[in-house]
Amino acid sequence: MNRKRISLRQELPLLVWLVIVWCALWQDFGPGNLLFGALIAIVVARLFYLPPVELGGRFNVLRAVPFALVFLAKVVAASFQVLYLAVAKGPRVLSAVIAVPLRSHSDLLVTATGHVISLIPGSLVVEVDRSTSTLYIHGVNVRDAADAAKLRKDVRDTEAGLIRIMGTKEEVSALKQEVGS
Amino acid sequence: MNPEPFSADMVIDAVSAVFMVVGALMSLAAAVGLLRFPDLLSRMHAATKPQVLGLFLLLSAVGLQMRSLWVWPVLVVAWIFQLLTVPVSAHMVGRAGYRTKHLHRERLSSDELEAVVQHAARKRGSTDEEQRGG
Amino acid sequence: MMQLVLTVTAVVLSLAAAGVIIRIARGPSLLDRVLAADVLLGILGAALCIDMAVNRHLNNLMLLVAVSIIGFIGSVTVARFVADRREQPRES
Repeated sequence: MNRKRISLRQELPLLVWLVIVWCALWQDFGPGNLLFGALIAIVVARLFYLPPVELGGRFNVLRAVPFALVFLAKVVAASFQVLYLAVAKGPRVLSAVIAVPLRSHSDLLVTATGHVISLIPGSLVVEVDRSTSTLYIHGVNVRDAADAAKLRKDVRDTEAGLIRIMGTKEEVSALKQEVGS
Repeated sequence: MNPEPFSADMVIDAVSAVFMVVGALMSLAAAVGLLRFPDLLSRMHAATKPQVLGLFLLLSAVGLQMRSLWVWPVLVVAWIFQLLTVPVSAHMVGRAGYRTKHLHRERLSSDELEAVVQHAARKRGSTDEEQRGG
Repeated sequence: MMQLVLTVTAVVLSLAAAGVIIRIARGPSLLDRVLAADVLLGILGAALCIDMAVNRHLNNLMLLVAVSIIGFIGSVTVARFVADRREQPRES
């Protein structure tokens, strides 16, 4: 078995998540259960080895909380938008498939952006081009080029928010330059 | 708890009742969307988004009704799993739908993937470009 | 009041399930049916949640998770299968 050893620090988010799931399922956050959960998490992570997710090495909680709140609001807006479109427009709704090139090339950020995009109003990832990190997005109720541009800007903004939360330092500085210029 | 007729208990009950009714309405929204949207990809929007919000509201209602802090982690974990799985399955179905040409081209105002797909298909030398079913 | 909520949600969910079943029956393609079946599972999950909230228990929680996992695995598998089969020339 030739596997790259992954450091404990790199694995830590996964382990913490597994412990949280374990304790949540038992509905018991006592020290004994926490310890046993950590043991099981380590055994599981060692036995069922998966390629490690390459994290950017930073996580900005101050940015994450507002992002999560905005995300929640957008989920609510998305549902009501679908309800409105279904009732008011129905079969006459127009949509489009749009290519959006992303800034980041890290798998984690592309995945996270794709997930968030799929849940915010009017967009859904149809296809991902990993080599150029381009998302092909199906937008509902996109009638003309202006709507398409708006959707594209939405997606880019979402990605910018995610980069600010957990992108690498280089990505953040590139983003700052882009915004500043 | 309060001397007023509106006790905290009643407020929680009312909030969770509203959550439950709205959550059920979200399921109805998904059904209406499924019935009324013209093509597969628009129906995917209807199938995914209201489900996520509906489950969020209903799980919150469960949490409020249980009146116990220890159920919230389970509910949050259940919702996060939903958040992680719904876009994946939606993407898989959407991708399969696009590739098998389940689109109504006249309902799209623009399609920037088509050129890429056709370019790739030409490079592969396949000639099944005319078949675009409905 | 809970009785009223229960009635309202039962009616709404039944209507939703009826609409989804119409889509399953009518759905022009397999993928439409899979999507609708997924939503039907979602409606089942919603009903389980409402039962838990009204009767104040957590017995259905694991069932809820199982139902959503079945929906996820089912739609992913079928999407995969459809994509593979259709890629061969001339079939539809």
